[in-house]
Amino acid sequence: MRCGDFKESYIKDEGIFQSIFVKFWLGLFILFLLILPLVADAYVLYVANLIGFAIIGAVGLNILTGFTGQISLGHAAFVGVGGYTAAILITRFDFSFWLALPCAGFVAAGAGLIIGIPSLRVKGLYLCMATLAAQFIFEFIFIHWESMTHGIRGINIPAPTLGGFTLDTEKRFYFLTLVMVVIAVTFARNLIRSKVGRAFVAIRDRDLAAEIMGISLFRYKLTAFAISSFYAGVAGALWVSFMRIVTPEHFPFHLSIQYLAMVIVGGMGSVLGSIFGAVFMILTPEALNVLSAALSKMLPAIGQLFIPMKAVVFGALIVFFLIFEPLGLAEIWRRIKTFFLLWPFSY
Amino acid sequence: MDIFIQVIVTGIATGGVYGLIALGFVLIFKATGILNLATGAFMTLGAYICLTVLGRFGAPFWVAFLCTLGFAIVMGIVLERIILRPLIGEPIISVVMVTIGLSSILQGLTHVIWSPEYRSFPEIFPPEPLDLGFAIVPSGLLWGFVFAALGTIVFILIFKLTRTGVAMRATASDQQAALSMGISVRWIFALSWSYGAVAAVIGGIVIGNISGISIYLGDIGLKVLAVIILGGLDSIGGAILGGLIIGILENLAGLYLDPVFGGGVKDVAPFFILVLIIMIRPYGLFGKKIIERV
Repeated sequence: MRCGDFKESYIKDEGIFQSIFVKFWLGLFILFLLILPLVADAYVLYVANLIGFAIIGAVGLNILTGFTGQISLGHAAFVGVGGYTAAILITRFDFSFWLALPCAGFVAAGAGLIIGIPSLRVKGLYLCMATLAAQFIFEFIFIHWESMTHGIRGINIPAPTLGGFTLDTEKRFYFLTLVMVVIAVTFARNLIRSKVGRAFVAIRDRDLAAEIMGISLFRYKLTAFAISSFYAGVAGALWVSFMRIVTPEHFPFHLSIQYLAMVIVGGMGSVLGSIFGAVFMILTPEALNVLSAALSKMLPAIGQLFIPMKAVVFGALIVFFLIFEPLGLAEIWRRIKTFFLLWPFSY
Repeated sequence: MDIFIQVIVTGIATGGVYGLIALGFVLIFKATGILNLATGAFMTLGAYICLTVLGRFGAPFWVAFLCTLGFAIVMGIVLERIILRPLIGEPIISVVMVTIGLSSILQGLTHVIWSPEYRSFPEIFPPEPLDLGFAIVPSGLLWGFVFAALGTIVFILIFKLTRTGVAMRATASDQQAALSMGISVRWIFALSWSYGAVAAVIGGIVIGNISGISIYLGDIGLKVLAVIILGGLDSIGGAILGGLIIGILENLAGLYLDPVFGGGVKDVAPFFILVLIIMIRPYGLFGKKIIERV
């Protein structure tokens, strides 16, 4: 019986696939994700797409907040920058979606670099407020730069096409989302193992010590901001192409908080955690929706209460996880795994 | 020129209210080092409770006002005990996020208990505007300013003169020393939260009086962040002066820049100012200059 998981070299310890079991289960999981669109209905696939965009955004924010320790209350602004960039490039400059997608990422990364500048001077609460201000300033720009963004009317976007094949249904878009999520997660997972990732963690743990050890804070903090915003931009571009419309209401302050909540509930400083967090934070309100639909059939009065109850549950989840499980779902997952790994000789 | 002076006067009146709300942030930050982003939700809740006591039970205004204050005190102590205390010593992001989560809970509950539609406050103050000769102050703003000023003065007196106030200041300047002098730091933390909540609900009632009550009333709480950054996070005087400055600047920006950008500048101007202050002078006008630069 396998009792514990012992590694004999650093290379093995740093490996992405820690054991053959991981490869097996991961393969099975990917297979499940590939089969899912064949059996699921449009609603499930719609939610699956949303989860995909959320995962990309949350992984990006986790790189910045969880790994580098820079709090950002303005992540939705970068998602918005990505979304608007894609929309404007596609509709006004006739870019193809496939070109607009990376462009959206790079423009968002540029915006992230600008917002990241205060992080070189201040940190903690002050950075928190600088990013919060950025959120509202970008929202203002989305609404009032009429000539580019069409204000609150928003921009309609055609569905992306791939060689005569239009990605206009949830099912077709799902495959694009899946591929992007896999790329995003793989890149993040590898980034963390690299020199850059280790520098991020060093900055999070003690920035002065990191600087003394030769890590350029200037360079790595801005890199973290740029990468995080790139992810946000890609998530935004995908999202608006999926919705086929972009309006300023898509990117409120609340969305920034939602991303932070995903990172916290999932587990700060864990790529797997951001996936858990994104899935969890998207599914919970959807579950409440289903529940309220079921309940309102029996008791019509209760249905109305469910919309505000979402906010209560959302807040309660954040508070609960911060107080009782600060390392998030990833830590719960690790505990469960360890339990079975060592069972029955857990001592 | 006339409109310029009028805007300045309006700005000062608004600024007084901002100063009071900023005081809600500062009182909590000074003692506990926590930036309470749930202040907005406290404001909304306070305004609704005051409105309910006034409307449902037909009580006179001062009864409703005192009820709301009592509620704020209890709420502050309870919240500190069950939510904030377990997080003492945790990283900043946890503490900030817990107040955001709290804000979401309170907002949701407000929405559940009182439906979201817009309501106006019953008329409490005489509606005649005050004519200063060179400018006119609308009644809501005038009384708001009076209330804010009174509240601020009371808070300053408590801080300067009473035993609790001295204990709070001692805790703010050095927790360990305060503890060894026999001050119960825990109690001071709880008390700071209830004072902060009291300042916030007074702000909520005042704002509700000026512009009516909806569940979005608390959004103004985020604008006040600019005020406390300008004043310095832990300075009471700074909060008041910062409130006046931001109030004036915001109204001036609204006057001169709205035609250029097509409206809405007034609401976003404080955030521009916030970024500028953080870039240039993060400790604000009177804040302690102990910010760790990187």
